[in-house]
Amino acid sequence: MCRRLTTISRRFLLVAAIVSFQTAHAEYGINFPPPAADVAQEIYDIHMLTMQIATFLLLIVFSFVIYSLYFHRKSRGYPADQNFHNTWFGNWSWVMVPALVLGIDLTIASNADTVLKKVWEVPKGEKLMDVKVTGHQWWWEFDYLDYGIKVESRYIPEEKSGDLYLREVDNRLVLPTGTKIRFLHTSADVLHAFWVPELAFKKDAIPGYVTETWSELNREGVFRGQCAELCGTWHSRMPLVVESVPPEKFDAWVKQQQAIKVAAAEEASSSKAWSKNELITKGKELYETKCGACHQASGMGLPPAFPALNGSAIVNGPVADHLKIVINGKSGTAMQAWGSLNDLEIAAIVTYERNAWDNKSGDVVQPTDVKQAR
Amino acid sequence: MSYTTAINDDAHHHHNPTGWRRWLFSTNHKDIGTLYLLFALSMLFMGGASAMLIRAELFQPGIQLLDPDLYNNLVTNHALLMIFGAVMPAAAGLANWMIPLMIGAPDMALPRMNNLSFWILPAAGTMLILSFVVPFFPGGGSQINTGWTLYPPLSVQVGMSMDFLIFAIHLLGISSVLASINIIVTLLNMRAPGMTLMKMPMFCWTWLVTAFLLILVVPVLAGGVTMLLFDRHFGTSFFDAAGGGDPVLFQHLFWFFGHPEVYVLLLPSIGVLSHVIPTFSRKPLFGYKSMVGAMIAVATIGMVVWAHHQYTIGMSLGAVSYFMIGTIIISIPVGLMIFNFIATMWRGAMTFETPMLFAVAIIMMFTFGGLSGVMLAVVPADMQYHDSMFVVAHFHYVLMPGAVFGLFAGVFYWLPKWTGHMYDEKLAKIFFWVNVIGFNLTFFPQHFLGLAGMPRRIIDYNVMFTEFNVVSSIGAMIFGFSHLLLLYIVIKTIRGGEKATAQVWEGAKGLEWEVPSPPPFHTWETPPSIKQEQQ
Repeated sequence: MCRRLTTISRRFLLVAAIVSFQTAHAEYGINFPPPAADVAQEIYDIHMLTMQIATFLLLIVFSFVIYSLYFHRKSRGYPADQNFHNTWFGNWSWVMVPALVLGIDLTIASNADTVLKKVWEVPKGEKLMDVKVTGHQWWWEFDYLDYGIKVESRYIPEEKSGDLYLREVDNRLVLPTGTKIRFLHTSADVLHAFWVPELAFKKDAIPGYVTETWSELNREGVFRGQCAELCGTWHSRMPLVVESVPPEKFDAWVKQQQAIKVAAAEEASSSKAWSKNELITKGKELYETKCGACHQASGMGLPPAFPALNGSAIVNGPVADHLKIVINGKSGTAMQAWGSLNDLEIAAIVTYERNAWDNKSGDVVQPTDVKQAR
Repeated sequence: MSYTTAINDDAHHHHNPTGWRRWLFSTNHKDIGTLYLLFALSMLFMGGASAMLIRAELFQPGIQLLDPDLYNNLVTNHALLMIFGAVMPAAAGLANWMIPLMIGAPDMALPRMNNLSFWILPAAGTMLILSFVVPFFPGGGSQINTGWTLYPPLSVQVGMSMDFLIFAIHLLGISSVLASINIIVTLLNMRAPGMTLMKMPMFCWTWLVTAFLLILVVPVLAGGVTMLLFDRHFGTSFFDAAGGGDPVLFQHLFWFFGHPEVYVLLLPSIGVLSHVIPTFSRKPLFGYKSMVGAMIAVATIGMVVWAHHQYTIGMSLGAVSYFMIGTIIISIPVGLMIFNFIATMWRGAMTFETPMLFAVAIIMMFTFGGLSGVMLAVVPADMQYHDSMFVVAHFHYVLMPGAVFGLFAGVFYWLPKWTGHMYDEKLAKIFFWVNVIGFNLTFFPQHFLGLAGMPRRIIDYNVMFTEFNVVSSIGAMIFGFSHLLLLYIVIKTIRGGEKATAQVWEGAKGLEWEVPSPPPFHTWETPPSIKQEQQ
């Protein structure tokens, strides 16, 4: 008899084992992390409510099944009741059971609907801070539309990020607490999805669409998430890290970012002629962050999807064709347009590519060349 | 075989082709049923092998065995092999074998089409496997890294292997639609005199509904992937925003097929349970009529709730509310089905042969999966669950017990009928326990992974997800290898064993148990008369 019950008892044992395991290693979650916004808290509550209802129903079903398995057995000499389906219960259960289930359904649905309304629609007639979140293969771009700042966010290789590998980025999404923020989601290439569990929502980034979500952070902290829609080869390497800071700290951060932007623009637009070495040093760093995921630091690519640049016909061909592909991308492939980079950055990358590995063209591409090529 | 005499000439039945001709030219429902089942079994092993590679890679953080594109290719292939290669053909195999026996018909209504609908499958299977293999050859393009959902624009980036896959889906679709037409025609026209629709065995009812579902939704998928093909090669932009198209349109087309497909996989197994549970409880099925009603309700509502697979695309509030409530409502007919099964067991005189063990496991685990489905239907909460490992855990809890275990139950239940030999009960029970424990060990921890923040379809993960992934991978190896035992049991039963009686099981009722085990090549050449009580 006991053997028949093993399925169930084993499942409970597993839960018990996992729960006790968890207390020993608190950092491994078994449920959502604590929410960081009031709306997120409501989502968390509806999750707990439905889970409790589900668990309760499961226990009821299991108790009936187990009772029946124990008592209604031939080996116990229980005689089969051939008329059970013709009793009043048998005749009317098709009404009673659906009515009961409908009641449970409506409880869940009405609670969910209340939360849904708050979550789904961005508050109207209020001042919102807009952040445009653009998914790229395989990095995130955050545009702070109110401040003219753009942040590129990429994963950090394991050597540098250690235990936070795939949960840490080079540039975080810095957001102020106590401010209503509207996120505008879109994509530059394929589908991606924005998911930071502490904010409790997920939204797809779809090319050609701008979808919106909103949040108001109620505590400081660092919240980690990941891209949640399969976006190709390095889907696993698109962490999202939100750094929630007090408004004063956020303002300081904004000023700092704006200063960096101005300095970079000045540097790029200066008519200075850059030396080959300067460009290659700059280019190597830029190449490894922006191009390395596909074409690899070794320049060998990952053929056939991502061609090698080492020995490539384009990289070793005319400069104009090389620039054209970098600036405009190549349609129908994963090669995106990099025209949003400034002239200096493109010049540095192209110079580096033409002189790195076995490529020995000796070409030096200046920012002015890039300007002409645009 | 001459055309005119084939129809109604008893003497002709003794001139059955032998050797390979028997199988290639077969118009016999039993042989075609066997072919379907063998095809499904081979695909089960390929799909299972790809799943075990996936779990082996996920055993530890980091990238050890596979590269990311190969990983995603395996994810794609695992789903397609299991759904289109294993579960659907296996269910069609059961239908071919059992429906004529159950309704007292001499064969399927359209035997030549029956032959065609099977023999398209090996071609489709070859295309499917080619779509996996082609990228490994020079000039073969990139691998299919989209998952079985094939969402554009990613699927437009993929190389020529995607075209192989699109044609494989077309062929599989044609095969399913032909088989469905055949089943509907058989069930509506070939029932023994006196067997009204409401006296029809439950397995036949489930297949009638399934067949209608397939005919309604498969063409939509075929249309969707054809549009994808045109986008890829003929310069259309159905799904390309830059050309005025809409990437989300594909998702709607796909899930308009994809959600009813879930019921296509589930219903035949529900049909099997409706026979297994009464047999081993030794009392009639509880609520035959409500079962039929519930099934039709599931199919109907299931057709209009597809967008709950895409809550995160940014639909309007009205749309998501509708899809949420519609989805939650499905719990009513499904709950009624589960209730009917438990009420059938209730006050029965149960024994626990392997088919019944699987049936009990299905009731418990399918209820579990169904309830996590209700959680997923709740839009605000789904904004968290969506595309996380929680979803992976959920649909394996629904599809494994709901579809695959139901088919296992059916195979063990009818294997003595097909082969004339009893299977080895002791080995089969060992298989059951190893299988069910392996299954739970694999998928139960994935709920926690999802809630803790692990997205699905990633090859590499942070160390915080290690523990549950280790458990899940160990479970997957136990689960995967346990199927070798299934193979051994099946082969052993085919080769010999204790002789089975016509009735096989003490509590078995129905026309299929009145023919000898194994049944002669042709059965019910004169239709049986239907006794008073069928249910």
